[in-house]
Amino acid sequence: MDSNPISLFTENLTKHFDHFTAVDNVSLAVHRGEIYGLLGPNGAGKTTTIRMLLGLLSPTSGRGAVLGFDIVKEAEEIRKRVGYVSQKFSLYSDLTVAENFNFYGGVYGITRQTLALRRAEILRLVGLDGQDDTRVANLAGGSRQRLALACALSHQPEFLFLDEPTAGVDPLSRRALWDLIYDLAARGTSILVTTHYMDEAENCHRLAFIYQGRLVAEGTPHEMKEQAMAAQVVEIDCDNVDAALAALRAASQDAPPGHLFDEVALYGSLIHAIGAHAAEHIPRAREILEAKGVSVSSAEPIVPSLEDVFIARLRSIDSTNH
Amino acid sequence: MISIDHLTKQFDTTVAVKNLSLDIQPGEVFGLIGPDGAGKTTTLRVISTAMNPTTGRVSVSGIDTGRDPEAVKQIIGYMPQRFALYPDLTVIENLNFFADVFGSPRAQRAELTERLLRFAHLTEFQARLARNLSGGMQKKLALAATLMHRPRVLLLDEPTTGVDPVSRREFWDLLTEIHLEGVTIVITTPYLDEAERCTRVGLMYRGELIACDTPGKLRAEIGAVVLEAQSAQALAARRAMEASEGVLTVSTHGDLLRLLVDRAERQAALEAAWRAAGIDVQNVRVVKPRLEDAFVLLLTDDGRRRTEKENSVIGRPSSVEK
Repeated sequence: MDSNPISLFTENLTKHFDHFTAVDNVSLAVHRGEIYGLLGPNGAGKTTTIRMLLGLLSPTSGRGAVLGFDIVKEAEEIRKRVGYVSQKFSLYSDLTVAENFNFYGGVYGITRQTLALRRAEILRLVGLDGQDDTRVANLAGGSRQRLALACALSHQPEFLFLDEPTAGVDPLSRRALWDLIYDLAARGTSILVTTHYMDEAENCHRLAFIYQGRLVAEGTPHEMKEQAMAAQVVEIDCDNVDAALAALRAASQDAPPGHLFDEVALYGSLIHAIGAHAAEHIPRAREILEAKGVSVSSAEPIVPSLEDVFIARLRSIDSTNH
Repeated sequence: MISIDHLTKQFDTTVAVKNLSLDIQPGEVFGLIGPDGAGKTTTLRVISTAMNPTTGRVSVSGIDTGRDPEAVKQIIGYMPQRFALYPDLTVIENLNFFADVFGSPRAQRAELTERLLRFAHLTEFQARLARNLSGGMQKKLALAATLMHRPRVLLLDEPTTGVDPVSRREFWDLLTEIHLEGVTIVITTPYLDEAERCTRVGLMYRGELIACDTPGKLRAEIGAVVLEAQSAQALAARRAMEASEGVLTVSTHGDLLRLLVDRAERQAALEAAWRAAGIDVQNVRVVKPRLEDAFVLLLTDDGRRRTEKENSVIGRPSSVEK
């Protein structure tokens, strides 16, 4: 992927609002055909970054280019060639699926004839075939997201910006949407995507964590898990998880700092206990749980999930800030 | 605590909820999951008395929602997907406003407000305008507002959609506290790791409840074996397996492959097939099923056919439309 030409880059991109720095010296590059994930908590600066890349907002300082066009001077050229699905993409709820698609295609100056041809293909691609005449008002949330994506694809963009495209979308539709994203990338479309689903982040070729406007880590999902996290993760499978969680948290709080776990969290039906030497504390954790009558079926060190990495990163930044 | 008896809700030509019967016990955290448009939100709206059933009955704590909606409203707290906080009011003003709307007793209000602020970790932000809160904080404020009249039943419609992983964990910590106080919770969520934390989960599809059980049982009785494997060519490895005998579904998550197969013995044949195709796949192993696997199996065509043929390994026989 790195050998592919660069389709987007920023250099020290910065945006101030009054006294608030929304984006702080962000430098990144996305190669052709790459799926690049931008992760970070709400308010970290992801959407502001995307808005600058689209030329909707001008940077306070720094520069950037998309498909070779400058984000400040040549924003028009960029917008012609990219697709953008925002968190609140405006579809016309009184219009049908086909009418919405045609409307957005029209905005991009595509002829009716071409649109009619593409519509069938793109609606099939996003799983909305046969729904041409359904009014948007009658579509469920996930289907609306897919229609929004279809509209953003009507002009066959070379670069796609997806801002939380799967928020509130059910697991099956999410998989379908990601299959589509893979297909588009394989055909050479470059994609910048933000998401709060860490299992989706695994699907990206490369990731960046943004926090308080700054890019705090970057790499492939694999690199992130190997390098970005100094701490160890122990996964505990036990019954009565609520009690187990409370007991481990209380014991960790009572222990001197660094002597048990820094973070104890529920991960689905399992517990993740995180700390610099978490693996060493497995026997102690078992004792604590057994004393509370919790039966432990397994407790083992694991490769951290991206969610563990994400949370550990943010916590360590917070603790150095305070 | 909540009794739903042959509930049907029809809009024009769409049947949103079809003959749904379900009893939710006091103290449960009941998760409603299902694809977009399955009828989850409509079900919550009927329980909340915001909507009347077309046919059938719903009662909360023995009170019929159609006959005495005012009495039901006293008992329940309903947080819709887009909870309307007042952006121009401060945190504390919002809480006081909702206390008035819900008619919470004035005598204990100051104490309750203080307690809920502390509970939602919003005490230090009480003078901040709601519009200046992050997404996660807005959700916590909405939850606090919903609790201002001390409801015994909490109805939450996708409360964590669009919320980052850190805030999502914090939100669930709050729900655990509420649960431990004995409040009955009904929650819809697109995150199946959240559904794992529920006491019971109901899977809705096209208005019907097609499975309903504890997460543990749903996972244990999926009638399939889950294999995981690693491959740098995960996509190729997946394509090679999609049509293989005994393979129910394959998904890729970065370099991770996840396969649902009908029996564990398939593993050897799969590994041989990958070798024959020259695809390097490593570390193939049987792993524990997740709720997402159950969800996918129940909702894919294969799963539907299988469940019908075997007359259901899951609680209820499915009667899904063809």
